[in-house]
Amino acid sequence: MADLSINFAGIKAPNPFWLASAPPTNSGYQIMKAFDAGWGGAVWKTMGVPIINVSSRYGGLNYRDTRMSGFNNIELISDRTLADNLKEIEEVKKYFPNHAVIASLMVESRKEWEQIIRDVENAGADGIELNFGCPHGMCERGMGSAVGQEPEVLETIVGWVMAAAKVPVITKLTPNISNIEDPGLAAVKGGTDAISLINTIKSIMGIDLDTFAPYPTVDGKGTNGGYCGPAVKPIAMNMVRQLAQHPDISGTPISAIGGIETWRDVVEYILLGATSVQVCTAAMHYGFGIVREMDRGLRRFMDERGFQTIYDFAGKALPNIVEWKELNMSYKVVASINPAKCIGCQLCYIACEDGAHQAISVSADPANRIPSIIEENCVGCNLCSLVCPVEACITMEKQPMKVAPVTWEQLTEAGNIPTTFNDPRAGGNGHHVPEPGSALKKGGR
Amino acid sequence: MVKSLNSDLMAEYKRPQSEEEFQQNFKQKKPLMNQTEAFVESSRCLFCYDAPCVKACPTHIDIPLFIKQIHTGNTTGAAETIYDSNWMGNACGKVCPTQVLCEGACVHNHAHVKPIEIGRLQNYATRQVIDQEKKLFQKGAPNGKKVAIIGAGPAGISCACELSVLGYEVTIFEAHERPSGLTVYGTAPYKITNEEALSEIEYLQQQLDFQVKYNSAITTREQLQNIESQYDAVFIGVGIGPTASLNVKGEDVKGVTGAVEFIRELRFKKHGMQVPNRVVVLGGGNTAMDAASESARMGAEQVYLAYRRSKEEMGGYSFEYDLALSAGVQGIFNASPREILEQDGYVAGVEFVKTVSQNGRLTEVPDSEFVIECDLVIKATGQAKMAGFLELIPGLTLDASRRIVVNAQTYQTGNPRYFAGGDAVNGGAEVVNGAYEGKMAAQGIHQFFTSHLSPLTSHHG
Ligand SMILES: Cc1cc2nc3c(=O)[nH]c(=O)nc-3n(C[C@H](O)[C@H](O)[C@H](O)COP(=O)(O)OP(=O)(O)OC[C@H]3O[C@@H](n4cnc5c(N)ncnc54)[C@H](O)[C@@H]3O)c2cc1C
Ligand SMILES: Cc1cc2nc3c(=O)[nH]c(=O)nc-3n(C[C@H](O)[C@H](O)[C@H](O)COP(=O)(O)O)c2cc1C
Ligand code: SF4
Ligand code: SF4
Ligand code: SF4
Repeated sequence: MADLSINFAGIKAPNPFWLASAPPTNSGYQIMKAFDAGWGGAVWKTMGVPIINVSSRYGGLNYRDTRMSGFNNIELISDRTLADNLKEIEEVKKYFPNHAVIASLMVESRKEWEQIIRDVENAGADGIELNFGCPHGMCERGMGSAVGQEPEVLETIVGWVMAAAKVPVITKLTPNISNIEDPGLAAVKGGTDAISLINTIKSIMGIDLDTFAPYPTVDGKGTNGGYCGPAVKPIAMNMVRQLAQHPDISGTPISAIGGIETWRDVVEYILLGATSVQVCTAAMHYGFGIVREMDRGLRRFMDERGFQTIYDFAGKALPNIVEWKELNMSYKVVASINPAKCIGCQLCYIACEDGAHQAISVSADPANRIPSIIEENCVGCNLCSLVCPVEACITMEKQPMKVAPVTWEQLTEAGNIPTTFNDPRAGGNGHHVPEPGSALKKGGR
Repeated sequence: MVKSLNSDLMAEYKRPQSEEEFQQNFKQKKPLMNQTEAFVESSRCLFCYDAPCVKACPTHIDIPLFIKQIHTGNTTGAAETIYDSNWMGNACGKVCPTQVLCEGACVHNHAHVKPIEIGRLQNYATRQVIDQEKKLFQKGAPNGKKVAIIGAGPAGISCACELSVLGYEVTIFEAHERPSGLTVYGTAPYKITNEEALSEIEYLQQQLDFQVKYNSAITTREQLQNIESQYDAVFIGVGIGPTASLNVKGEDVKGVTGAVEFIRELRFKKHGMQVPNRVVVLGGGNTAMDAASESARMGAEQVYLAYRRSKEEMGGYSFEYDLALSAGVQGIFNASPREILEQDGYVAGVEFVKTVSQNGRLTEVPDSEFVIECDLVIKATGQAKMAGFLELIPGLTLDASRRIVVNAQTYQTGNPRYFAGGDAVNGGAEVVNGAYEGKMAAQGIHQFFTSHLSPLTSHHG
């Protein structure tokens, strides 16, 4: 039986499912309800000097009939007084002594940091998270991502916090930066106990075609907001793995955030080295009950593979993520269509024809809608298998290779790569490319 | 053998006493989608390449395009795409047998996933522009040519719309007091309401400004000569005629009617029509299924659908038969009507003889006569062709089934100034075929007048 409990940089929790600092953790009421539903921890909505929010605060990115595949907001930190929040932290800890309650904080001066750290520790917080991520509003006031984007400032502030805090400290990073390793390193140098990422991405969700104003619209105007939800997950995963692979950061526990909704997302992040996960959008979309699915899925995954704790598989994907130049160039897959499954939509055909390598043909007989792969033209790009609407209908089949495995790095060392514009060693040389003029015989189809 | 009258078959429908109850009994099979339904349904379309649904639509509507337009909130554009191919876009969305057309061809069927509800999406887009009176079409600059159209059914109206866009001055001569032909007078009320069918035609007419002369049946050679002298070309869209005679004894008795006549009365009298309790419908085609279904929905207690051949040989779609069964209709197969029995000048029943069908040949079983008592007999045994009328037009060629023979591309008849389309040409198909053929004939007419290769253009030079 899987044991989901964790000890994250000294913060203990019954499971790695934490609510991220956001509207779902705005009050003791919500956090108690979430713990009751099965969440193992919660990062309290960021506290500081209370703010005043605007009305009309969220925007959603719908894809087809899928609502909120991306989500954005222009909210600031907690608009409640510190005293109210502290009182409720105390109460939650009374009911849930074994759950993780982490206080997210954002203030300006060293004095303020020292004061608020003392206050939340006295209220019973199990840890502190430093919000260096908020990409709107707060950064205009020199906080949030304004700090996260300046590694030196970040290091200094983490230093102040470490000097004052008795409980473990997590530094939360902003993705609005060209290399996540810079703030990651700064946090480690500042002495942080752990890192969490990502905060939201600067974004414009859309424009109202009648008023020409962005969403969410506040009385005819809008501003850039923070983007999150399922759509940001690939970006967040790459940042998580960058830190997990960095020799000077990898020893620091990582709490992963960004587009987590199902057990699969959780497992993926853990495989990338995270040992706690935080969720916001999915809880805002479906409520706290989604944790049931995560919990059961994670347990089944672990039981089926014999993992006792999440540490048994944490980071297991990292060795398989290498630099491009280390990939085997003597490897080839070719698309294969299962005619028994094919429904004849011909999306694979037109995708390959117009978007890839003209390696799929359709029959002249209108009664036969099943396309065929022209194997010698197929470069193994995967596109057809990605557009095919039928599960496991197009598979990419590994081809036997005559040449032994060889990487770009090795080819470079052996002087066996194209070096001039018209080098005959160009990868596409000898590959099928139709005559440009023959396109016009297709009649625009 | 006499089939019992007080059979335990209970009618599922109460007799409708009001318009509301009538609409309840004839509830629309393809109701208008709401915005959410349209959004979710349109999201399922795969946007197939060389989409099979398009090929299966007789008018070749660009279905993936209009569905994507609906999905992206461009409903007006979706309607435009539909009308681009099919002037009866709304009627077709509601009455087309989509199971055997576009939806039957949808690739989702192959994955055992419900096909896209193309007909309802089509109705969604077109209904919106009709109700909002969105102007989508424009009469073409007048080219000085005049065309007369005989019949304001789907074929005639479609031909008129297309000609109008091409700049022709169009006048339709229609025998009845309303347009739409069998879309209203024939199609089952649960497929489309009178108002829906008529509002689409009104919508088109308002923008394309063709004339319709109602109560103007063309029945004499003189009338035709008049038309020939005033118009440059003529389109024949008269459909097919009344129910054909059965040649069975007792056919003229009161209480015996043709299916087309029965349905026409039903469509206009609605709950005001009296359908007696015991009905026998003769025939095995879609019209027979419709008439039987409709009788049951009008509250008849016992409705038999009697077909002289086997169930497998029925011409009607199986889903139409299932619909009739679900309305409480009972099917009787291999029963050929011998005589219609009368009592006091009114129908009392039908005497049948049993048959065996073998290799398509039908033989009667000796001494197998039986009677079904009833108060109404509906003959759905085919429609007579308009041969009498067609004979008034010199040069017209008719085939063995009395259908007008036309050029497959231009729909030109044996008489070069006459074009034809719809049921009069195809012998009785669907609204969508009439819509397509009417449109194609208009293009044929245009080609006739604009093609310099055609020696016939000199006629009106
Ligand atoms: C019972 C029944 C049910 C049907 N159900 C469906 C269905 O569910 N779905 C579907 O798609 N199709 C259905 N159809 C078929 C469809 O209605 C026809 O295919 C279609 O209406 C044919 O169009 P048309 O324009 O050729 O002829 P019609 O619709 O028959 O129109 C002909 C018009 O010409 C007029 N006319 C005739 N003679 C003259 C004259 N001499 N002078 C002036 N005007 C004249 C008529 O009054 C009529 O208005 C059904 C048909 C029947 C009979
Ligand atoms: C397979 C692939 C290859 C790309 N190659 C290039 C490239 O060579 N040069 C470039 O400027 N952008 C390249 N891009 C980025 C695209 O131009 C584009 O900026 C990006 O995909 C975002 O647009 P989208 O959301 O419409 O895909 C590539 C994108 C893809 C998917
Ligand atoms: S995309 Fe898949 S289902 Fe569609 S034609 Fe290609 S193989 Fe068949
Ligand atoms: S894998 Fe790429 S190249 Fe090969 S058939 Fe598919 S789309 Fe074409
Ligand atoms: S076949 Fe079905 S899925 Fe494909 S384009 Fe047509 S409606 Fe859409």
